[in-house]
Amino acid sequence: MIGTGILKGMAVTARNFVGSYFDEERLITVQYPEERNPLPENYRNFPFLLYDGDDPHAGLRCVACKICEKECPPQCIYIVKSDDKKPDYMGKPQFYPKVFDIDISVCMSCQICVEVCPFEAIKMDKDFELSKRERFNHLLQRKEELSKPNEYYHSICPTEAADVDAKLAAAAEAAAKKKAAAAPAPATPPAPSGSSSASSSS
Amino acid sequence: MSATVETLEAIERPPVTMGSRLEGELLEVSMGPQHPSTHGVFRMNVALEGEIVRKLKPVFGYLHRNHEKIGENTSYLGSMPYTDRLDYFCSMTNNWAYALSVEKLAGIEVPERAQYLRIILAELTRLQNHASLLGFLLNDMGAWGTPLMYAFREREKILDLFESLSGSRMMCDYMRFGGCRVDADDAWLARARQIVDRFPKFLDEFEELILGNEIVIGRTQNVGKLSADLAISAGITGPMLRACGVNYDVRKVDGYGFYPRFKFRIPLGEHGDTYDRLMMRALEMRESVEILKQALAQIQPGPIVNPKVKIRAFRPPVGEAYGRIEAPKGELGFYLISDGGPNPYRYRVRPPSFINLTVLEDLCLGHTVADVMVILGSVDIVMGEVDR
Repeated sequence: MIGTGILKGMAVTARNFVGSYFDEERLITVQYPEERNPLPENYRNFPFLLYDGDDPHAGLRCVACKICEKECPPQCIYIVKSDDKKPDYMGKPQFYPKVFDIDISVCMSCQICVEVCPFEAIKMDKDFELSKRERFNHLLQRKEELSKPNEYYHSICPTEAADVDAKLAAAAEAAAKKKAAAAPAPATPPAPSGSSSASSSS
Repeated sequence: MSATVETLEAIERPPVTMGSRLEGELLEVSMGPQHPSTHGVFRMNVALEGEIVRKLKPVFGYLHRNHEKIGENTSYLGSMPYTDRLDYFCSMTNNWAYALSVEKLAGIEVPERAQYLRIILAELTRLQNHASLLGFLLNDMGAWGTPLMYAFREREKILDLFESLSGSRMMCDYMRFGGCRVDADDAWLARARQIVDRFPKFLDEFEELILGNEIVIGRTQNVGKLSADLAISAGITGPMLRACGVNYDVRKVDGYGFYPRFKFRIPLGEHGDTYDRLMMRALEMRESVEILKQALAQIQPGPIVNPKVKIRAFRPPVGEAYGRIEAPKGELGFYLISDGGPNPYRYRVRPPSFINLTVLEDLCLGHTVADVMVILGSVDIVMGEVDR
């Protein structure tokens, strides 16, 4: 009989309407600014730079090797290498970025910079409420805005951050052992200050 | 654009004078590029006789982003996030097609768990693509909102799965050469099983809502008929080809990935009209659920990426490769030529929805303007892929 298909469809609509008050599967709306769904741990947004300890300059892990600048598909990273060196987390003197800019109007959050970084210096952030009042300067993030402490990384991705800390601590230990075995003369092996403090904080 | 105007000018017709009646004369209408039912920035120059379409010229290119040239100027890995933006409904299958062609080019083996994860994600992509396509099609027919809302509710569950695995709902950037980027934990697999088990319930409801509806039947049956001969000679692939009764599915023909291990059927249409194309999507979702159930039951722990593949300075040997998969919209292929350098020498995409769109005029001739929208909806286009 003509019209039964429509009536059946209307029954479906009615079931959904009533269900939207009771059925867990159909209750899906979240009143956004007040209610929030928790973000999954793998969620990624724009990248940021990690530093150990309290000083964003002294603890910055980035050594300005420019691999991420080269590999970035939309070319949104701009780095200027420093003239002098500063000790890294293993105490080895390394260059640091004098300028490190990310244009977040160009960045597409693809995570390739994180994957290619050999120093675990750049990680993906979870901050998505990034509306800005200006189109140009405000969307260009400088080194100062990008640098965030390791504690922050632990707060957004606990498992991944713990893995990274363990990896760095193991690398520092191996390097210290190697150094001690090669030259037993220096009594104090370089203390991996940054990573050890960070792992204790986790 | 001028070429289109010339072809329309070439139709013989009496001159239009002020106050003359339009009976028997052609009226040119430019539909789009900003039109709610053109699925993006797509324009059709239509010549109408009354309400009947006598000529139709699609105009592409409003969303052209130079995808292929960018692919030739970035590293092999650097193109992977760009492939997400081709067909932004199905980024997982786009990733897979690109990864497959690079793996073919460089001769990379993929571990077993990664193959299973790829199949799971590709079939989930098919589910959400077909569900939202049916919703959009109904939206174009005038069923504003309701079917689309139900389809998006289910789609959102699948996108939450994608987000918790890859970090992003739509721009997943998940596959890597020789595997996948992140491993799925047991909680993720359990959630996927739950969603897959409940999906048939949604399908029953959705089919009850739309496929038996007399208005939908009246609007779609015998509208936009495509003959099997024309479909084959125009290179149509995917559900649109199978709706004409041609048994061709790259999953069966090529047997890429681990598809030969799974038991599934290929639904075939008979008439090649819009209703068959609609039905094809509904039936394919059922088969995808079957594949997903088997894959989620069979998946074993193991490595997810081939450790031999270098992430920095990846240079495949000199040669060429064409990798193709059955994307939800049809055969998606990437053709790559390598000269041994870090960038591909040639990078070419064979997008299914662009090639499926080439028969739009043949489908629409003789139908009314309102049917053009329905036919266009049933072709299943995404302008990000058509214009690239």
